[in-house]
This record gives sequence, structure tokens and C-alpha cells, in this order.
Amino acid sequence: MSSPTSSHASFGARHREFLVVGVLLALLTVVFPVLNAYGVISNFTLTLWGKYLCYALLGLSVDLLWGYTGLLSLGQALFFSLGGYMLGMHLMLLIGPLGSYAKAGQNPAGLPDFMVFLGHTFLPPFWRPFNSFGFAAVMVFVLPGLLALIFGFLAFRSRIKGVYFSILTQALTYASMILFFRNDLTMGGNNGFTDFKFILGHSLDDKITGPATMRGLFVVSSVVLLLVCLFCHWLNGTKFGLVRQAIRDGENRVLFSGYATAHYKLFIFVVAAMIAAIGGALFVPQAGIINPDQMSPAKSIEAVVWVAVGGRGTIIGPIIGAIGINALRSWATHAYPDSWLIILGAIFLVVVLFLPGGVVSLPAKLTSLWRRRSPAPSAPAVAVTKPAPDRA
Amino acid sequence: MSHPILSVEDVSKTYDGFKAITDLTFYLFPGELRTVIGPNGAGKSTFFDLITGRARPDKGKIEFGASTAPSQDLTKLNEYEINRLGIGRKFQTPSVFVEHSVWHNLVLSLKGSRGVFASLFHRLSSTERDRIDELLKLIRLDGKRDWKAGLLAHGEKQWLEIGMLLAQDPKVLLVDEPAAGMSDEETHRTGELLLSLAGKHSLVVIEHDMTFVRQIARDNPVTVLHQGHVLCEGKFDEVQANPMVREVYLGRGKHGTR
Repeated sequence: MSSPTSSHASFGARHREFLVVGVLLALLTVVFPVLNAYGVISNFTLTLWGKYLCYALLGLSVDLLWGYTGLLSLGQALFFSLGGYMLGMHLMLLIGPLGSYAKAGQNPAGLPDFMVFLGHTFLPPFWRPFNSFGFAAVMVFVLPGLLALIFGFLAFRSRIKGVYFSILTQALTYASMILFFRNDLTMGGNNGFTDFKFILGHSLDDKITGPATMRGLFVVSSVVLLLVCLFCHWLNGTKFGLVRQAIRDGENRVLFSGYATAHYKLFIFVVAAMIAAIGGALFVPQAGIINPDQMSPAKSIEAVVWVAVGGRGTIIGPIIGAIGINALRSWATHAYPDSWLIILGAIFLVVVLFLPGGVVSLPAKLTSLWRRRSPAPSAPAVAVTKPAPDRA
Repeated sequence: MSHPILSVEDVSKTYDGFKAITDLTFYLFPGELRTVIGPNGAGKSTFFDLITGRARPDKGKIEFGASTAPSQDLTKLNEYEINRLGIGRKFQTPSVFVEHSVWHNLVLSLKGSRGVFASLFHRLSSTERDRIDELLKLIRLDGKRDWKAGLLAHGEKQWLEIGMLLAQDPKVLLVDEPAAGMSDEETHRTGELLLSLAGKHSLVVIEHDMTFVRQIARDNPVTVLHQGHVLCEGKFDEVQANPMVREVYLGRGKHGTR
């Protein structure tokens, strides 16, 4: 792929980054399911990593806004959850005769269990179209996208920036969480959706066929992540990518250069919401549950920590961060159940204080440290005058 | 000189009770190079803010338009709409995209579509590349095209921003202290550049450096702002000889009158 705007060689580094991501993800797509099929990797581990990949999508959506555009959104977990809820509605309707009430003969209308429990006798009208997988899949994009469009339009038109934007997105997420906790929304209340049985005719919980479905979901998650990375990579090379980064570094200059920055921010906000939503939709069948806890403020902030730790403004950073932090959490919550939050906080502090570029900046940092130690006296001077690549 | 390309009539702007601009009237004619001087706090930058849509006047009229087209009311438009009409602005402190290469700074500024969807599929044409090459030579940053703009020296950033302004090919250039932070030689070259632009473009230049003002104001009019309104207008020598101007500005300024 050639860059439409570049005159020079600095996009070599850019392509290298994507190449690394692409090769790693392609390997992951093939190796994990194969090892799982032969019993080397447990079903539990495979599903766990499948969820990490979904979190990586959430991380990328944060990075698109925060790392590349300078918009610190604390609302990406909301879009993630909404995507999950949209697919979850479809999965709930597929449970049918396998639900607890149906088995006991107490569910003649074939409702999801929580509705029977709440005394509903018929399916709320807005649930009906979700019998179709296609409709649910479309809604995974449409609902979060629409919400982002409306919210973003109002926020960016009013020129809400910086910390005010972060607080507003956080408030929106919190308000939505409270809304979803309410039983009369008929979205499962605080228990959310769970106990899924099928997706597209494949069993999710069968001892024999379930693992194969999980392998399929893993492959889909991995491929989707790869495609989103490809999209981000492509976007970086367009003039849009240049404008977006310019908005991050100096929005005024962009405005006074004739760009309606609000339109650019709105576009990327909607795109990021949709990416988070796909992550959520792929997460739900693998996790087997979606509830309003996913919208808690802590979740959104955690996603920001992944990006900060991995390295914002890069494609590989949020993926490393999301997988790394979550893998660490899986381990730490077993090994040191009481100290996980302290560990997470410590990692965040260390990164912010000593490694603002995140883990991905570590190799470059070590190299420059090593060079400074080495005897070549002209090394620092060269480092200063050398044309720097746009961004590593 | 016929129809002014930029007319500012009876404009006032107050910030929290402070009268930044009071009943200011100002006309700029096509092809003119106008220098605006005035002591600190005279309202020079606010004057640019009002024209470029960064601030809205409390009262008064600001219109833009060549004699051929109906004039546009700038007080109703926002920053990017005003820029798209053909009014470019260089800020007092150089404002370039520090994380972008010099080349990309110019790509972003180049005249052309500003839409989101156009930007997704935009490819530089060879004409556009040539234009950027030409500008790079003009602003003498040809050898530093791949440098991050943030690494440039202060004077070079000033030049880059002037280059970015030219890339937009605006009808009116508003240039705020272009020579600040430049060596004498660079300052002189900046003056030559601005002089060469007059005629094809209309320019308003705010400047403090009196040597520089003398250079660019040769036969061009100078406007003196004081406490938010026009104190006087005329040739540099006339302005310099004006006792009121000497009183408020030249007489007590550190630049002296020589």
C-alpha cells in the first residue's frame, strides 16, 4: 500500500508496525485453535484469549480517539456493552425451550427467563426483530453508532474539549448503566443476559460441540481484530489521518486552515464506537454473559489504562496493553487476589512517570540508553539533528 | 482603488469590561500591503480574532468581498468558513503541527477540499507535489522537508507557517508578528517575501520591529492602533512624524524613533 500523502521514507516504520501486528495476529488465528483442537491449550484458556481479543478491539477504539485524536473518551465501555447487548438479545431469544422456565413448562410464550420471572406474558415489541441474527448484527453497529453520532454532534458542536469531554462521556456511560439496571427496560436488569445456548445453530455450552463453536468465535474475533488493525493502518496513511493527528496537536491551527474539526471528530467518534461495539458483540457469546457492570466507570478507565500501558498512538500498543493487562489480571487474581488493584495502579503510575510512550516505546528507549553509554561522542548530536520519523 | 476587499466598520469588542476594540473602522483594498502597529494592548491581535471568527464583535460590521462578488458578512461565519473564503492567518506564536513533518504541514495546508470523506481518499496530484516543492524552496526548508516541524528553529517555524499560509492561496493574509525570533538577515528576507506577495494578495501585517516596518511599509500605508481604535493612518514617515503617535508609541517605546 502506498501512502497518498507522503513524500518520503518515514512510512517504512509505519508499515513495519502493521506487518508485526498482522503476522502475530495471523499466527494467533491459526495456532491457538489448532493447539486447542489437539488438547494442548485448554478450552478455558482459548476462551480467555478470545475475550482478550475483544478487549483489544475496545482498546483500539480508545486509542483511535485518545491516542490519535486527543479525545479522551471514558465512554467506550458503553459502546462495547451496547454492541454486546444487541447480539445478546438475539442469543437470549435462541434459548427457547432450553430455558429453566420452559423446561418446567411455565413459559408458554417462549420468553427469555428473566421476563417470565418479572411476570411478562408477551415479548416486548422492540425485542421481536431480534429473532433475526441479521437484524441483531446490523443493530450492533447502528445503535452504538447512532448514539455516538447524536452525542458527538452535540458535544463537538458545542466545542466541548479536554477533561469536560471525558467527564461527559463518563456521565453518559454511568447514566446508561443506571438505565440498564432498571428491570422495566426489559434488558435483564442487573443480571443482564446469560445462559446462552446457541449462536447461528452452533451450541455454546455443549460438552462435545461447544469447544468447536468457541474455536470458531476465536477465529472470528482474531480476524475482525486483524481487519480493524488494517483499517487503522490505512487510516493513518490518509489525509484524514494527518488531519486527525493535527487536531490532537493543535486544533486551532486546523480550524484556521479551513477544516471543520467537529466533523472530523464526529466521524472518528462514530467509527470508534462501532469498533468497540463489534468487540462487545464478539465478547458476549465467549464470555457467556453481559450485564450493566460492563458499563461501570471502572471498565472504561481500565481500557484507558490498557492503552496507556501498551502505548497510545500506535496500533500494536492497545493490543499489547489489553492482552497483557488482562492476562496479568487472570494470573494476579488467583495468585494475589487482594492486591490486583494495587498492582494495576502501580503499573499505571510507572508507565505514566517513566514510560509515557508505553511498553512499545521500551525498545527505542533502551537502544538510546545503550547508545548514550557507548563511546561514540557524536551520538547525541546526531540524535538531535536527525530528521525524526513522524511517529514511531 | 475601488472596492475594499475587507471592510471593518464601527466595530467594538469588550472582554469582561475591558474595551479591547472601540469603534474601529478599517478598510483593506485589493493588492494592498498594510502594516498595523501599536503598543502592547492596543488590540492588534483581537482585531485579527474578530476578522477570522475567533471572536465575535459586540457591534459593527465586518465584510469581505471583491467588487465582483456580493460581500460576505464575516460576523456570522466561523473560523473554517472564513478561512475557506480566502482569509488566511499566521499567529503571533508560530503555530505549526509540531508532530508532523514539514512536508505534511504543507500537505494539510494546501488549497483543496476540506471535507471528511474527501480526506479519506485524497491523493496528492503531481501538480500539488510540485506546488509543495516550490513552497519548500521559497521558505528555504527544502532540505528539511522530512523533519518534524517541532524540531525546527523558531525562525524556521515562522517561515513554515508563512509557507502554510501561502499553500492555502488566500486572497487576504493576516500576518501577526512574522519577524519575531528571527535574525536580522531572516527578518529582511521575510520582508522581501511579504513585499513580493503584495499585488497578487492583500496583506495585513502586525509588527513591532520598526526596522522591519520601515522595510515593508516603503510606500505602503501604516495604521496605528491605540486603545482599540485607529489613531492615525498614512505613510510610514507621516505616521512617524505624527506627534500623537510619538506620544503613545514611538516616543516611549523601546524601539525609539532614531
